Amino acid sequence: MTTEIAILKSEQALSSGQFSTFFVADLFFGVDVLRVQEVLRFQQMTHVPQAPGVIEGLINLRGQIVTAIDLRRRLGLPPRSGDQMPMNMVVRTDDGAVSLLVDEIGDVLDMDAATYERPPENLDPAAREIIRGVYKLKDRLLLVLDTERTVDLAVGMAA
Amino acid sequence: MQDQDVIREFLVESHENLSRLDQELVELEKRPQDAALLASIFRTIHTIKGTCGFFAFSTLERITHEAESLLSQLRDGKRELTPSLISLILETVDATRKVLASIEATGEEGSDRFEDITERLRLATQSPAGAEDSSGCDVAPVPLAEPQAVNGCLEAGERPKPDECGLKSSAADANIRVGVGLLDKLMDLVGELVLTRNQILQFNTEREDAALNATSQRLNLITSELQEGVMKTRMQPIGMVWNKLPRVVRDMAVSLGKQIQLEMDGADTELDRTIIEAIKDPLVHLVRNSCDHGIEAPEVRSQAGKSPQGRLSLRAYHEGGQVNIEIGDDGAGIDVAVVRQRAVEKGLLRSEQMEKLSDREVLNLIFQPGFSTARKVTNVSGRGVGMDVVKSNIEKIGGIVDIFSRPGAGTTVKLKIPLTLAIIPGLVVTSGGERFVIPQVSLLELVRLEGDSSERRIEHVHGTPVYRRRGSLLPVAYLNQVLGLTSAERTEAVSMVVLQAEDRQFGLVVDGINDTQEIVVKPLGKQLKGITVYAGATIMGDGKVALILDVLGIGQSAGVLTESREQARAKSEQKAQLGIEQQRLLLFRAGSFARLAVPLALVARLEEFPRNVIEQAGGCQVVQYRNRILPLVPLRAVLETGIEDQDLIVDPVQVIVFNDGERSVGVVVDQILDVAEEVVTIRQKSARKGLLGSGVVGKRVTDFLDLNQVIHATTESWFPAAGGPAGCKNLLVVEASVFSRGLIRSSLDMAGYRVMEAANLEEAMHRMEQQPADVVIVALDLPNDSSAALLAALRERPEWECIPVLALAESAGQAQSVAARKAGFQDCQVKFDPEAMIESIKRLAAGPVPAETPSVLVETALVGAGEER
Repeated sequence: MTTEIAILKSEQALSSGQFSTFFVADLFFGVDVLRVQEVLRFQQMTHVPQAPGVIEGLINLRGQIVTAIDLRRRLGLPPRSGDQMPMNMVVRTDDGAVSLLVDEIGDVLDMDAATYERPPENLDPAAREIIRGVYKLKDRLLLVLDTERTVDLAVGMAA
Repeated sequence: MQDQDVIREFLVESHENLSRLDQELVELEKRPQDAALLASIFRTIHTIKGTCGFFAFSTLERITHEAESLLSQLRDGKRELTPSLISLILETVDATRKVLASIEATGEEGSDRFEDITERLRLATQSPAGAEDSSGCDVAPVPLAEPQAVNGCLEAGERPKPDECGLKSSAADANIRVGVGLLDKLMDLVGELVLTRNQILQFNTEREDAALNATSQRLNLITSELQEGVMKTRMQPIGMVWNKLPRVVRDMAVSLGKQIQLEMDGADTELDRTIIEAIKDPLVHLVRNSCDHGIEAPEVRSQAGKSPQGRLSLRAYHEGGQVNIEIGDDGAGIDVAVVRQRAVEKGLLRSEQMEKLSDREVLNLIFQPGFSTARKVTNVSGRGVGMDVVKSNIEKIGGIVDIFSRPGAGTTVKLKIPLTLAIIPGLVVTSGGERFVIPQVSLLELVRLEGDSSERRIEHVHGTPVYRRRGSLLPVAYLNQVLGLTSAERTEAVSMVVLQAEDRQFGLVVDGINDTQEIVVKPLGKQLKGITVYAGATIMGDGKVALILDVLGIGQSAGVLTESREQARAKSEQKAQLGIEQQRLLLFRAGSFARLAVPLALVARLEEFPRNVIEQAGGCQVVQYRNRILPLVPLRAVLETGIEDQDLIVDPVQVIVFNDGERSVGVVVDQILDVAEEVVTIRQKSARKGLLGSGVVGKRVTDFLDLNQVIHATTESWFPAAGGPAGCKNLLVVEASVFSRGLIRSSLDMAGYRVMEAANLEEAMHRMEQQPADVVIVALDLPNDSSAALLAALRERPEWECIPVLALAESAGQAQSVAARKAGFQDCQVKFDPEAMIESIKRLAAGPVPAETPSVLVETALVGAGEER
C-alpha cells in the first residue's frame, strides 16, 4: 500500500508542470511542454508503402526527415472526416523528432499535481498503454500522453 | 611514417596540456588547498610521463617522473605547497617544453639532459617535509612571472633560439581540435544546403531571369566546393585503422607460432570517418583470418619451397570514386575442392549442383553464414565476426567484397568501398505516383521496352516474369507490386532498371525513370527501421521527401534473389541433360554477311584504327600495334571473292584482334554488333570458304567464322611454315558436337598443329589406324560414357600405349581434373580455354609419357593447371 502511494507521488512529480494540450476526436490530451519541439500546420507528406498503418508519412522539417504518426489510428479511434486537416505536434524523443498528427491544438496549461490520477483500469488497451495518467480539470479530463511509448510502435499495437 | 604521425599527435596534445598546466599552477598558487586542481595537475604530468615512456624519450620521462613524485607528495598532503615549489614545477614545465620543441624540430630529445632540474626536483622530493623552504629557495630563484611573460620559452641561463617559439607553435597552431559532433552537424547543414541549392536550381529553370540564373550558378558552385571541403574535414586516413594491425598480426603470429611480415601500402588513403568506423571490424577479421587460415606454419612453408616468413600485405588506393582495399597473403590459398566438399557436407548444395559451379562461385561460398574451411577451431578463429558478417557489413555501406585465391600461392580479399555515405548519386524513378531513389552503385543498366510487343518481351516461366537480356534470363520484379502500390495505367513502353544485389542481378520494372541526382542520405526513424525495402530517405529538389530503395531488400522481398539462383541451377541442369553447350559469341557484320559469329574466348581485343595508319608490308595490310606489326585480314575479301580491299575504305577501321601466343592477327569487319550468350547448335555445315557453318543465335541465323581458314587465307607469309613452332605434331580431337569440335580445331590450327577430327570412339580408332596422333584430345562428355572406353581402347594397343591423352572437361574444377587423372588421362583442361589447352598439349607432346613415373607428370600438370586459372 505504502509503495503504491510512493509510486503515485513520483508519477505526480513527473507529470506536474506545464502541458501543451491538443484534441484527438473528443479526447483532450496533454504533453509535457518541454517535450514539444514545435507545432505545425498540415504538411505535405510522403507516403511510405509497406509501413505500419499508424505511420501517415514523412515530412520535411527544414531538412530533417520526420516520421508522422497518426494519433487517431494509434489510439484505435475512427479516422478523421474527409476535409479535416490534422495538425503536426513535433515532439522530441530519444530517437529524434517525431510528429504526432492531432485534430486541434489547445493552450499550454499549468497542472496541479493534486488533481493527478492514474488512468482507469477499464481504459481501452490500445490507449491505456500510452496514456500515463489523468488530470481532473473542472469541466473535463486531461489525458497525459507518454510520448516515448507512443512513438514506440512495439507498445500496445498487438491489440 | 606512421610513428611520425603519432608523435605529432603527442606533441599537439602535450602542448595543450602544458598550456593548461601553466594556468593551473598559477591558479594553484592562489588556492594551495584545492585538491581537485592538484589532482588535475598530477594527472597531466602523469599522462606526459606515460607517453614519453611509450616513445622512449628518456630525458623527458626522467624530468616528468621526478615532477610527478613531488606532486604526489603534495597531493597526499605530505608536503606543504610553497611558491618556490611552484616555481620549480613551472620550470619543469618549461624544460618539458624545450624537450618537446627539440623533438618537433629534430625528432630527438636533444643533447641537453636537464640534469640540473631533475636533480633539484629529486632534492625537493627527498628533503624532509617542512624544510623545503630552504632547499627550494636556493635552487629555484627564478621569478614566477618570467616564464609566463615569454610564453614559457625562457629558462634561467639559456637564451631561446629565435625560431624556437615559431617552431613550437607550428604543431600546436596548424591544427585545432574540433569535436566530431560539430563536424557531423556541419555535414548535416551542408546536406541541407545542397538540398536548398537543388530547390533553387529547379526554381531557376522555371523562370527566365538572368540575374537569378547567374546567382544560382554561383550558389551551385560554392555549394559544391563547400560540400567537398566539409566532406574533407571528416576524411581520415585509413592508417587510423591499420595502426592497430601490426600489433594484432604480431600477437597472432606469436600465439600461432608463425612468422608473418606485415606490409602496408597506401595508409594515407582517406575515407569518411563513418566508413572508417564501419570497416574497422571487418578489416581486423580479414587480417586475423589471413594469419590464422591463410599463412602456413614456417615448416610447412619451407616444405612448399616458400620463405618461412609469410607475407601479409594491405593495400589501399583510390579508383573511380571508390576506395579499394586489398588484404593479401602468400599462404596456402583456399582449396576449392575442400570448399566444395564442405559445402556439400553442410548441405548448402547438392553434389551434382556443386559440379555446375565454377571455381569462383565456389570461392564465394565461404561468405555463406556458418561456413568455415578451418580444419580446427583455434582460439583466434570463430571470435567476433565471420566472413558472412564481413560481407554484409561491407555491403551495408555500399561496398563490394571479392575474393581471389590460388592454391599454394595465397588469397587476396578485395574490398571496394564508397568514399562517403553522406552524399551519393542516385537514380530517381517513379512508381504508383511516388518517387523513389535507387543508389547508383547498385545500378547496372536501364532498359526500355518499346512498341506493341513490349509486354511480350517480358516472358513468364511458371508465372515468374523474366526478361531475355543478351541471351540470358533475368528475373523481373515490379516495384509497384513489391511496395503494394497501384500502378499508373500501362503505357506502351516498359521501363526497367537492371540492378545488382550481392552477386546477383534482377530487373525492376518502374513506371518512369526520371534522372540522376546527388542525394543526401538521411536515416529513417526507428518506427520504419524494420522495413527492409528502404535504405533511408532524402529530400528532393521540390522539398518533398523521397524514399531510397534498398536494392537487396527489394530483391529479397520480391523473391527474385533466391529464385534466380534456383533458376540458374535449373537452367544449367537442363542444359547439361540436353547436351548442348552455351557459348559467349561476338557478333559482327562484314559485307553481305549481316550476322557473323566467333567465340568470344578466341578474341583478344576489339580495336578501331584510323584509315591512315594502315600500311603495306609483304603484300599484306598491316598496322603498328603495341610495338609490333599486326597483319590485317579484310574479312570481306576472304568471304566474297572478287572484292579487293573494299572494306578498308571505311574509316575508322573496325578490327577484331586474335592472339596466339607471340603472334597476333587482326580481322577487319564492317561493324561489331553485340555479344550474345547462347545455346548454340550448328544446323548446317557450310561449304563456303571461311565459314564453319550456320546456327541460330538470338533467333536469327548466324554464320560461324572458320578462323583458321580466314587467317591463313591471306596471311600465309606471316605464319612461316604453318605449324612451325609446334613441330608438326599430329593431334586427334574426339568430340561429339560439331560446333565444339570446330572451335577446338580452329584454336589448334592456329597454333600450327595438324588436326584430325572424330565424333565418336569408332571414328577415333579408325583415324588412329590411318595415322597415329601424337596427342589425343578427348571430351569427357562423349555420349554413353565412351570417353573412358576410348582411353581403354587406346591403351590396349601396345603401339598407342604411350600416346598422351588430354581430357577436356565441361567446367573448371579440381574435382574434375583429379577424377580425370585418376581415370588415366594425362591431363585435364576446360573445354573452351584454348591457351591452357595448347599449353597442356605442348607439354604432353614434348615427349612420350614415361610410363614408370606417371605421378610426377600429374604433379606438374596440377601446378600448371592451377596457375592458368
